[in-house]
Amino acid sequence: MNTLPQQLANGLFLGSMYGLIAIGYTMVYGIVQLINFAHGEIFMTGGFGALSVYLALPDGISMWIALPAMLLGGALVSVLIAVGAERFAYRPLRGAPRLAPLITAIGLSLALQQAVFNWYPDAKAARVFPQLPFGPYHLGSVNIQSGDVFLIVAAPLCMAALAFFVRLSRTGRAMQATAQDPGTAQLMGIDTNRIIVIAFAIGGFFAAVAGVAYGVKYGSVEYSMGFIAGLKAFTAAVLGGIGNIYGAMLGGLVLGLAEALATAYIADIPGMEQFGGQGWAAVWAFVLLILVLLFRPQGLLGERVADRA
Amino acid sequence: MRQRSLVILTSVLTTGALTLTACGSRDNNSNKSGDKSNITVTIGVDAPLTGANSATGLGIQYGSQIAVDDANKNHTVPGVTFKLKAMDDKALPATGQQNATALVADSSVIGVVGPLNSGVATQMQQVFDTANMVEISPSNTSPELSQGKDWQTKKVRPYKSYFRTATTDVLQGGFAADYAYNGLKKKKAFVVDDKQTYGAGLSKIFTEQFTKLGGKVAGTDHVSTGDRDFSTLVTKIKNSGADLLYYGGQYDESEVLTKQLKDAGANIPLFGGDGMFSPTYIKTAGKASEGDLVTSIGVPVDTLPAAKDFVATYKAKKYPGDYGTYGSYSYDATTAIIKAVGQVVKDGKLPSDARAQVVEAVQKNSFDGISGKIAFDDFGDTTNKQLTVYQVKNGEWKSVHSGNFEPKS
Repeated sequence: MNTLPQQLANGLFLGSMYGLIAIGYTMVYGIVQLINFAHGEIFMTGGFGALSVYLALPDGISMWIALPAMLLGGALVSVLIAVGAERFAYRPLRGAPRLAPLITAIGLSLALQQAVFNWYPDAKAARVFPQLPFGPYHLGSVNIQSGDVFLIVAAPLCMAALAFFVRLSRTGRAMQATAQDPGTAQLMGIDTNRIIVIAFAIGGFFAAVAGVAYGVKYGSVEYSMGFIAGLKAFTAAVLGGIGNIYGAMLGGLVLGLAEALATAYIADIPGMEQFGGQGWAAVWAFVLLILVLLFRPQGLLGERVADRA
Repeated sequence: MRQRSLVILTSVLTTGALTLTACGSRDNNSNKSGDKSNITVTIGVDAPLTGANSATGLGIQYGSQIAVDDANKNHTVPGVTFKLKAMDDKALPATGQQNATALVADSSVIGVVGPLNSGVATQMQQVFDTANMVEISPSNTSPELSQGKDWQTKKVRPYKSYFRTATTDVLQGGFAADYAYNGLKKKKAFVVDDKQTYGAGLSKIFTEQFTKLGGKVAGTDHVSTGDRDFSTLVTKIKNSGADLLYYGGQYDESEVLTKQLKDAGANIPLFGGDGMFSPTYIKTAGKASEGDLVTSIGVPVDTLPAAKDFVATYKAKKYPGDYGTYGSYSYDATTAIIKAVGQVVKDGKLPSDARAQVVEAVQKNSFDGISGKIAFDDFGDTTNKQLTVYQVKNGEWKSVHSGNFEPKS
């Protein structure tokens, strides 16, 4: 049986999740040129927020009712933390040298991880996440599970909504203006602080959707899940061209596909047997990143704008 | 372009920085006793108490705790009060080594129970051996630990202070292969491991015995600890035509792997070792775990008449963690140290070379523990060779086959 369609699908699902998280990195970088390393933890808290909502709902409730509530709850937690981080951790440092907010972001990432680890009930090990009640589906030789269905519906929907928002709405255009030149945008009457808060909030919302997707796809959430996922998503954002929202999604997909294909087929190349397989997935992902940065430092869709790069 | 290089630089830096965060807090629990006696002796426990493997790790800590409480209650060693010092190694070899150093430095510590993971043990043995301090693991199964690197050809005991109450992977992997081939009638296995000392060793021994019996290996692969997406691997397994997946590793990865495997429509059981034998595995994998198998050391603890009080105490005290996997072995390992201390104590005092004398006493001792007869052979391995296959049935581990395994050569 030809496994290629299934492996492509696997990569696509994984990549969609990376892409959703990558949006948060890229939005924030695009507007304030800050790499928000706490974003992986915002993704993690989104998953835990959704889980809390599920646990608060009565037992045996239909997932069709629970899921929207969980998404809402997860999004609320993620957005609050993202916006809170902006207000209390990053805004006071806005005029500071670039390394200061970066270190703050790393500190915040550790703090959030430890907070969930210490204070969320039973979060010292993985916590079971509720599953969607449908699937798996079979499309020819391709097998699609319920968590994947959630991803392939949610990811394009979120992306399309974001694209329309940024292109067509007043706030979206204000966002583009702020990204191009914050100083001038402010002189034109744009409340840049508000725009920055919105960028963080959108990133938080996308992270929460990804957090719920992670939960339903892998069946559990854990305090440390934001680290690897955040790192991969950051890679995806850089791969696609950091600051570019389409680039983030594309970068995620390329990364997911590269990981899946490398895991599946590198071992079949004569002489490369020992470099294939699951254990090497992350290695190939980062090899790809290095290659892209070598030959196209601005990323796949990045713009060659001097003052942005 | 300065900022572009900042992006690259920071990505590299944070990879390193965030890796370090994996080692963090540590819970030090010690038990106070109101008993009035001349001396207090501390027994150290080292196991993962938080994060990965912590469910079974806590079973080790509290299994040991009950042994200490029992000894104090029954005045097993008159004039001596025992106290527990639990250290969290987070299943990380480096943290285990730090804990070992800390335990050796604490002059009140006479011996140590643990660790859970074979890979952690490799980093702790030397520290304890230099200090002449006895170390009894209730769960390490890698043969190298007691029989040296070349255990297949020439057995040499590397550390005379190291003992274990668990049977080795030579027996466990062989026992699993035997049951898979003869009991389950499986002929084609896909073998996956987590590249750790325990997992890689176990799956290698399984593979050798399985092929020796006439079985075929449909494919092999390795996962990294912490992986959560196995979709690519699952596709490979499904297409390999394997009728069994053998997994060498811990429940943290296999519970996710089995779920993705069954979701993908591959209806083959996952067979693993004692590292997976935990209710947590069933809880996380849910229905997907139905029919999955593990081998574990000894016989089911709930069926042991001698362990009845132990299980009752564990449940009554509402201790966290799983006592079923290693709890009784931890109890027996602790008791072995306590009994040795009893032989070493003279006139209510410990001699100056108490640690070394305890090592010798443990080697010579033989007694009836709650998991069976406790005695150690010339390599420090338990003389108890019993193993049991468990299978998930209706959401619970049920024992399906118990027996002794002797490797045929």
